[in-house]
Amino acid sequence: MFEKYDPQEGKILRIMKEDGTLEKGIEDLPQMNNEELLGAYKLMILARETDEWAVSLNRQGRLPTYAPNKGQEANTIGALMALRNDDWFVQAFRELGGLLVRGVPLHQYFLTWHGNEWGNHYPTEKYHILPVAVPIGSQFLHAVGLAYAETYKGTDKVVISYIGDGGTSEGDFYEALNFAGAWNTPNIFYIQNNQWAISVPRLVQTASKTLAEKALSAGFEGVQIDGNDVMAVYAATKMAAEKARKGGGPTLIEGVTYRLGAHTTADDPTRYRDEAEVLKTHVPKEPLVRLEKYLRHQKLLNDELVEQLKKEAKAEAIAAFEKAEKSPDPTLEDTFKYMFKEMPPLLKEQLETIKSRRQIGGQK
Amino acid sequence: MRPLTLVQAVNDALKVEMRNNPNIVVYGEDVGLEGGVFRATVDLQKEFGVKRCFDSPLAESAIVGTAVGMAIAGLRPVVEMQFCGFMWPAFDEIINHVSRYRNRTRGAITLPMVIRFPYGGGIRALEHHSESPEAILGHVPGLKVVIPSTPYDAKGLLISALRESDPVVFMEPKRVYRSIKQEVPEEAYTIPIGKASVVMPGEHLSVVSYGAQMKEVTMAASRLKEQGLSVEVIDLRTIYPYDKETIVNSVKKTGRFLFVHEGPISYGIGAEMVTMISENLFSSLEAPPTRLGGADTVFPWPRAENHYMLTVEEIMSEMKRLINFVP
Repeated sequence: MFEKYDPQEGKILRIMKEDGTLEKGIEDLPQMNNEELLGAYKLMILARETDEWAVSLNRQGRLPTYAPNKGQEANTIGALMALRNDDWFVQAFRELGGLLVRGVPLHQYFLTWHGNEWGNHYPTEKYHILPVAVPIGSQFLHAVGLAYAETYKGTDKVVISYIGDGGTSEGDFYEALNFAGAWNTPNIFYIQNNQWAISVPRLVQTASKTLAEKALSAGFEGVQIDGNDVMAVYAATKMAAEKARKGGGPTLIEGVTYRLGAHTTADDPTRYRDEAEVLKTHVPKEPLVRLEKYLRHQKLLNDELVEQLKKEAKAEAIAAFEKAEKSPDPTLEDTFKYMFKEMPPLLKEQLETIKSRRQIGGQK
Repeated sequence: MRPLTLVQAVNDALKVEMRNNPNIVVYGEDVGLEGGVFRATVDLQKEFGVKRCFDSPLAESAIVGTAVGMAIAGLRPVVEMQFCGFMWPAFDEIINHVSRYRNRTRGAITLPMVIRFPYGGGIRALEHHSESPEAILGHVPGLKVVIPSTPYDAKGLLISALRESDPVVFMEPKRVYRSIKQEVPEEAYTIPIGKASVVMPGEHLSVVSYGAQMKEVTMAASRLKEQGLSVEVIDLRTIYPYDKETIVNSVKKTGRFLFVHEGPISYGIGAEMVTMISENLFSSLEAPPTRLGGADTVFPWPRAENHYMLTVEEIMSEMKRLINFVP
C-alpha cells in the first residue's frame, strides 16, 4: 500500500509543502475536502491557544507540570479525522488535537493536567479513548490487545496508538510491533518523531536511519510522513485504516515533526538546544502556519477570520480551565472507592482510621 | 465428583468457565497445542479453538500488556506466566497498569483479567524457577492475590477469579500440582476470594499458612494432635485482601499465633500478619506472635534446596515452643 514511500530509500509522504502549495503526483492519495481542512485548522488553533494558555497558567502557578503539544498538532488532528469515532485512540501524552477531534470537553483535558483523576474518566460505552500513559511505551501493548479483541469480536474497528521517538527505544515498542505482526491485528502505530526525548536528540536513540523502517523487522509496512502536513497525516492514516479494516494488518507511521516547546513546563530547552536554530529551521515548517498558507491560497481564510478564530479559541481555553479549576477536589473516599469494585474490609478499616485520626465527619 | 490433582482442577476450572463465558481467552507461552509446560491448559485449544487458547510470542510484558487492552475492549483474558521467575518482565505492566486502571480512570475502565503462574520451590527446578514473590505482589495496591493449596479450592477460587470485576493474580503451588488428589465436582462452583478457611480446628495455637506450605503445616499439626496438642490450622487462600476476621477470631480463642511461609522472611507475609495480630490482640496473647519463613537468601539450586525448605520437624518444634511458652 505504501510501496511508493519506502523509508529505506529515503522517501517521505508529503502532500502540502512548507509554502502551502501542493506536491505533484498526489492524486491517488486520500484527500481532505475544503470543509475538513477548515475544520482541521480550527481545531489546530484551539489546540495551540489551549497549549499556550496552559503554559502561561503554569507560570502563574495555577497549573502543575504541563506537556505542550506546540508544533505537533497535525499528527493527531489529521489522523483522528481520518478515523471513525468508534476506532480506539490510545494516547501517549501529547495528543490534545486528537481529543478535540473526538469531542472531549476541553475542561476534562485540563482536569488531567490539573491533577484530578476525573480527567481520565473515559467510559468505554461513550469514548474509545485510553487516557494518557505516563510509563513511556507501555500503551503500545494495550493497543495490540484492543485490536486483538476487536478482531475476536468480528468488528472492523481499528486502533491508533501514539508514541514519541524516545519511546521507540523501549522494549514495549518492539514487543507491540512483533505481537501485532504475528497476530495480524488492525493496529496503526503512530510515532510522533518530534526529534527530542526531553534533552536527548533522536540520533542518540537509534542507529536506524528512520524509525518507520523498524516495522520491517516485525513483518509489516512502515512509512515516514511529513507530520507537519495535516493532509499527509490524514492520507497515511486513512490508507492504513482501510488496509487494517480489510484484514491487512498493522502499519507503522513515523510522523516527522518538531517539538517547538519544552518537554514539559519543568524543562528548560535552552540547556540543550539552540532556540535561534529552532526559530530559523523549524518554525517555518510548523503545521498551523503551513495550513493557514494553503487555506489563504484557497481564499478560505483571511486576516479577519484568523483573528476571530484565535480570539474564540483563547476564550474557550480560558473558560474550560476555569471550569476545571473550580471543580471540587477529589475526596478522601474517592482515593479508596475506585481501588476495587467492592471495597475490601481491609481498605474500609484504613479509610475509617484515617477519617477518625483527622476527625473528618465529626469523629474523634 | 471425581478425584483430580491441583493442576487438573485448574484445567477443569478454565474449561467449565470457558464454556460459560465466550469472552474468556487463554494465552501465553506453550499454552496452546502443548497445553502448558505443566499441562494446566491441556485440551483447551482442542475444545475452544485457536482463537480462544493460543501460543503467543515469547514476551511476558507483552502478554500482560496485550491482556490489558483485551480486558478494556470487553474480553476476559487469562494469561499464563510460565514460571514465577519469568513474571518480572511483566511486572512493569502489572504494577503500572493492571493494578491502577480502575482507580486512575475513576471506574470508567476496569480490567477483569487473571494472571496465573506456578510458584515456589522443592521440585529440583532450574535457577529462576523456584521463587515465592507473593509478598511483592501483595504489596501492590489494586491487586488481588490468590493462592490455593488443594484441588477443590483451586477450582473454586479460580472460577471466582474468572468472575471477578478486577484483576486477579492467581499463584499456583507447583510443588503440590500432582501430589494430592481430591474429589472435585464436575460443575462450576465458587470459593470467595478474601476468605480464609479453618482446615483443622484447635485450641492451643493458631497456625496460618497457604499454598504448598500447607502440606508441612497440616502434617505437623496432625502429629502434635497425636501427642495431645490441639493446633488450629488456617489456610489463608487469599494473600490480598486477606481475611483478618477469621485469623483474629482464631487467635482470640487460642492466644497464640504462628504464621508459616516458604518465601523470604523479611518484609514477608508473616511480617504483616504478626504485626496485625500484635496491633489487634496484644493484651490477649500468651506467647509472642511468631513467623517462620525462608531465609533472605537467593533460592538455592537443586542440590542445596533442602537447606531452604522448612521441614515438618522444624514447624512442629516451633508450634511446641509457642504452646509451652511461659512469659
